Amino acid sequence: AVGHKLYGNQYRENIVEKLRKTAEHCDCLQCFFIIHSMGGGTGSGLGTFVLNLLEDEFPEVYRFVTSVYPSGEDDVITSPYNSVLAMKELNEHADCVLPIENESLFDIVNKIHQMINSGKLGSTVKPNSMVTSGAGSAKTVQEKPFDAMNNIVANLLLNLTSSARFEGSLNMDLNEISMNLVPFPRLHYLVSSLTPLYTLADVNVPSRRLDQMFSDAFSRDHQLIQADPKHSLYLACALLVRGNVQVSDLRRNIERLKPSLHFVSWNQEGWKTGLCSVPPVGHSHSLLALANNTCVKPTFIELRDRFIKLYKKKAHLHHYLHIDGMEQSCFSEAISSLSDLIEEYNELDATKGGPRTDPSRLKIAV
Amino acid sequence: MSIVTVQLGQCGNQIGHEVFNVICGDVHGAHGLCSKKENESYHDACKERFFSEEESEVPVARAVLVDMEPKVISQTLSIAARSGYWKYDDRSHFCQKQGSGNNWANGYSVHGPRHKEIIMNLVQKEAEKCDRLGGFFTIMSMAGGTGSGLGAFVTQCLRDAFPTSFILNHVIWPYGTGEVIVQNYNSVLTLSHLYQSSDALLVHENDVIHKICAQLMNIKQISFRDVNQVIAHQLGSVFQPAYTAEGGLRYSRNPLGDLMETLVPHPEFKMLGLRNIPQMPENSLAYSTFSWPGLIKHLRQMLIANAKMEEGIDWQVRPPRLGFSIPSSPSTNKPLHFNTSIANLVILRGKDTHSVDLGTFQDPSLYTSWLNPQDAFNAWKTPRAFNKYEKSASLVSNSQFLLKPLDNVVGKAWNMFASKAYIHQYTKFGIEEEDFLDSFTALEQVISSYSIL
Repeated sequence: AVGHKLYGNQYRENIVEKLRKTAEHCDCLQCFFIIHSMGGGTGSGLGTFVLNLLEDEFPEVYRFVTSVYPSGEDDVITSPYNSVLAMKELNEHADCVLPIENESLFDIVNKIHQMINSGKLGSTVKPNSMVTSGAGSAKTVQEKPFDAMNNIVANLLLNLTSSARFEGSLNMDLNEISMNLVPFPRLHYLVSSLTPLYTLADVNVPSRRLDQMFSDAFSRDHQLIQADPKHSLYLACALLVRGNVQVSDLRRNIERLKPSLHFVSWNQEGWKTGLCSVPPVGHSHSLLALANNTCVKPTFIELRDRFIKLYKKKAHLHHYLHIDGMEQSCFSEAISSLSDLIEEYNELDATKGGPRTDPSRLKIAV
Repeated sequence: MSIVTVQLGQCGNQIGHEVFNVICGDVHGAHGLCSKKENESYHDACKERFFSEEESEVPVARAVLVDMEPKVISQTLSIAARSGYWKYDDRSHFCQKQGSGNNWANGYSVHGPRHKEIIMNLVQKEAEKCDRLGGFFTIMSMAGGTGSGLGAFVTQCLRDAFPTSFILNHVIWPYGTGEVIVQNYNSVLTLSHLYQSSDALLVHENDVIHKICAQLMNIKQISFRDVNQVIAHQLGSVFQPAYTAEGGLRYSRNPLGDLMETLVPHPEFKMLGLRNIPQMPENSLAYSTFSWPGLIKHLRQMLIANAKMEEGIDWQVRPPRLGFSIPSSPSTNKPLHFNTSIANLVILRGKDTHSVDLGTFQDPSLYTSWLNPQDAFNAWKTPRAFNKYEKSASLVSNSQFLLKPLDNVVGKAWNMFASKAYIHQYTKFGIEEEDFLDSFTALEQVISSYSIL
């Protein structure tokens, strides 16, 4: 509440001015990336205030939000409140949201460490190829605790924008991501995964086959939130490949993986693909998969449950309510917005595996 | 007469570049297999059609490049210039920074009107460079936002600005399993709009060309460049000079007009398919020989059985005989689908073309009843070999070739439309549900017309 209502209003002019100044440097402004966490006060409260601001001041510019969702053992007790309040804003004002969970980032970091420390012959990992490394960045910094995890998200954003920055035989721009992966305005939450996580340094070890990279993108442990897209329903899926990968490799892998994935009835072949010629530093090829999949539902349900646990007891509510502009209705609206979203996903899930009846076509008088 | 090519979007520009490459390479190649005089004639006719002679040492392609983002065009311009054989006019392009986001409505309703004047100015400039304008050839894909949406808009503008010129749209059908999720919507909107302004739509399907690359060209890791080169070869085989009349003394000077005249007798039927044989890896060419009777036989069966390439042709399909029931497969007893044509054009290039007998293509049972087979079938020939192939045969066909693909695309789009998925992305830019319904209706009409041939 402090972030959103108090500081938001207080610093609105300043923020708008800074934004305008920066935007003026651009020949053609296409997209804003908002990077924040949901659990805290500034990122969450002021962050979503800025989101609103961007919509008002720059209505035609896309708003991509990378949100870090709180984990179960979050040290901020009121993070469920902050997150649900922020969710309402994201529902209504963001074009696309890429949820991230610290647990997943942590698991990935561990996986890489295990690989490095396993001491298996020939398993030395190229240091700058890890998805956790900040290699290629402008300066070498001392690795702080969250650095490895944050670098994963940084690499995610790099891959997302690679087609806009480099050439390729099938470009995929940011506005195309929003167009193809958001079938209905509120269902704009995309589960992301990055592969490969590292490249082995030893050239004698055959590099993991291209096809393995595609398989990994759909596996549970490569996702950046705690979710398993393979067992839920896909509304849409995008694959952005970088490096020496051609359209035939793409096609072959889509054909191979398609049968094990469940797509919604009206989008059975819902694949968006992009080919960028330039791979990331240290790799010969890489893949970013973005899925609009009902597997985000558990994350939201958990969020809702944690919120309700606190809200039922009115715990810590007074800290929020005594801020100007903040009322009980903000809370009830926020939780109902979240519940509606969960319900939309439920409805879609209900169609999974059901009988397919194609709607009858228009009849033409002969 | 000259043809002005308009390259639209990433696909249009990538393919357009390969087309000019093929044409230029063919003209400069030493494998003409004909007299010097013939070669010179061919060279001149080709130059007039596609290139203009300016102060530069290399011929300049008669083309306008349009895209809503800059990377592809700048690449295309520089690669062409580096070839040393030809180049684009440095001023003949228009691009923006933003792209169309795979959104047909964005291309058609926003970028179109916004940039209409600049784009049409560029087209006008190219048209004025021609001594005589033979028409427009546009290259676009149906799946994306620029080629499809802006392409449809530009085609309309061309029709308005040049009401008596021929317009041929080359349309790329995307892979069935998706390059773009909303590709079926974009395709439906594009086709229905093009049908109103264009004279004919010449279609290439990515799936088909991909198979040709895999099975006939033996390419292991197929790239879009490989696909585009096959497409360019097929287009070149149609557009390079040919004699359109038996015993003709001069190369035809009106290629687009001739094409329309022979293939589009009725405005309801504008979908043209293209087949070209033989197709093989370049290093196998030296070891292969072909006979015209064999090529003609295969091409005819490809027409009848709707085979997409020279391998896997179903020889069981036969044209229906008057008074007899539709032939069925002996093994399954299902009626074999026979591809009925409205009009066909066969183009033969290379050795001994003068002696080829094409009588089998004039069989009335191949055609629908409302045209004389003499009018429905035409042949163009030239002794000048094309693109290193000693003998090359192309078939441009206005037939039921594209009926099934069209039906598939409309079916998938309708399925998605029924759930209203993605519609908000289009209404955002001014394309409403009624516009979709209009497009669906128009295409169902086309499907119906082709079905009852």
